[in-house]
Amino acid sequence: MTLSRIVVVGASAAGLTAAETLRREGFTGRLTLIGEEQHPPYDRPPLSKQILKGEWQPERIALRPAEALDGLDAEWLLGRKAVSLDVAGRTIELADGVQVPFDGLVVATGVRPRRLPFARELDGVHALRDLEDALKLRDSLRSVPSVVVIGAGFLGAEAAAVARELGCPVSLVDPLSAPMVRQLGGDVASRVASLHRAHGVDVRCDTGVTGFTEDRGRVAGVRLDDGSEIPAEVVLVAIGSVPAVEWLRDSGLPVGDGVLCDEFCEAAPGIVAAGDVASWVHPDHGRIRVEHRMNATEQGMAAARTLLGRRLPFAPVPYFWTDQYDVKIQAYGRPCADADFTVVSGGPDGGPFAGVYGQNGRITAGVTWNMPREARALRAQVIERAPWPRPAAAAANG
Amino acid sequence: MKIHIDEAKCVGGGQCVVAAPEVFDQRDEDGVAFLLMENPGSELHASVQEAALLCPAVAIAVAER
Repeated sequence: MTLSRIVVVGASAAGLTAAETLRREGFTGRLTLIGEEQHPPYDRPPLSKQILKGEWQPERIALRPAEALDGLDAEWLLGRKAVSLDVAGRTIELADGVQVPFDGLVVATGVRPRRLPFARELDGVHALRDLEDALKLRDSLRSVPSVVVIGAGFLGAEAAAVARELGCPVSLVDPLSAPMVRQLGGDVASRVASLHRAHGVDVRCDTGVTGFTEDRGRVAGVRLDDGSEIPAEVVLVAIGSVPAVEWLRDSGLPVGDGVLCDEFCEAAPGIVAAGDVASWVHPDHGRIRVEHRMNATEQGMAAARTLLGRRLPFAPVPYFWTDQYDVKIQAYGRPCADADFTVVSGGPDGGPFAGVYGQNGRITAGVTWNMPREARALRAQVIERAPWPRPAAAAANG
Repeated sequence: MKIHIDEAKCVGGGQCVVAAPEVFDQRDEDGVAFLLMENPGSELHASVQEAALLCPAVAIAVAER
């Protein structure tokens, strides 16, 4: 099928990469990008790091210079929200009623912050997903308020570190046993907890949140499930994300935890998805959805190629990193809480180390803590599914 | 081909070294990428472009000339 008009819904990393790949690999037809935000594409990982800390101004995180975007020869519909999709009629409807026809479609609408069930509008309660969120939270930290971060995943842990570095008293609350335990497993997660405690964060794990206390419309504290309360001038709710698929509900497109794609990132003929919103069948891992920066780029490329008929199963080695205080944690593969874990080099004392995760005697993932070069070596072992290190070797090094 | 690495943006992911090991390497101490050659030959241009595209921090700028 020759496509004459491709529409990309979502103008962030995945959507932009898909558009660039389409052009680079020969698509000369009409290309349209629809973005809910007013901004040209920008990079999100710095939002909870350099932007929140005030080290970088927003211009710094533009994904491309203006001339590179112009060079795409695309039509940009920014500040416009797609509200419905008609798969059979090959049309997208925007919030202002405009109908946008397509023959090829890339869905890259990302995720939205998950909300607390009791959340309501209170001054001082923040979420963090887009640039406006980050600037608003940054500004609120200038007066060095007491901060409670609800949720100790990537975002919560990074934001807690920044708030602490800015001098705020910080509590980090999570119902699980340690920060980032789902992403890193118990051993590494306990080190993350120690790291935050060493910097003076009040880490409250195994603790749920039941509500807020308020004073004339402004948050005053966070109520915990043990009956206690933590006073708070600023609260960040960082309890994960949900795929932005509400506009696809009645479209006929398969939607579950994200847009349900096959191994080629295709959800229906001529309709692909990429980035945080895309759930696909990874040849090695089965059906997964990955909310990491690296995946947005790689899947944007893969999805675009599928649209152009260059179909290859999308089988990346997942990669993520996080920066907290002076620690950089990097991981390849899919570390999981129930895998075996062992340290293969470095020390047990909070200093740099490299470790591997495994199942059935094979290495399935690797992690490093301030050992960036070793991360690449672990990547090779993850790809090979190298044999599990012998206990003697692990003990000698660990 | 002119390559520029923004060291402040680099997150030490090493994707550039995977994509173009002849051109990029990482510092031992912090993993920040550096160039092994200033002007890679044309046979390396495709892999350098790939490295720039894959960089998760958008820290590599490539100018053809």
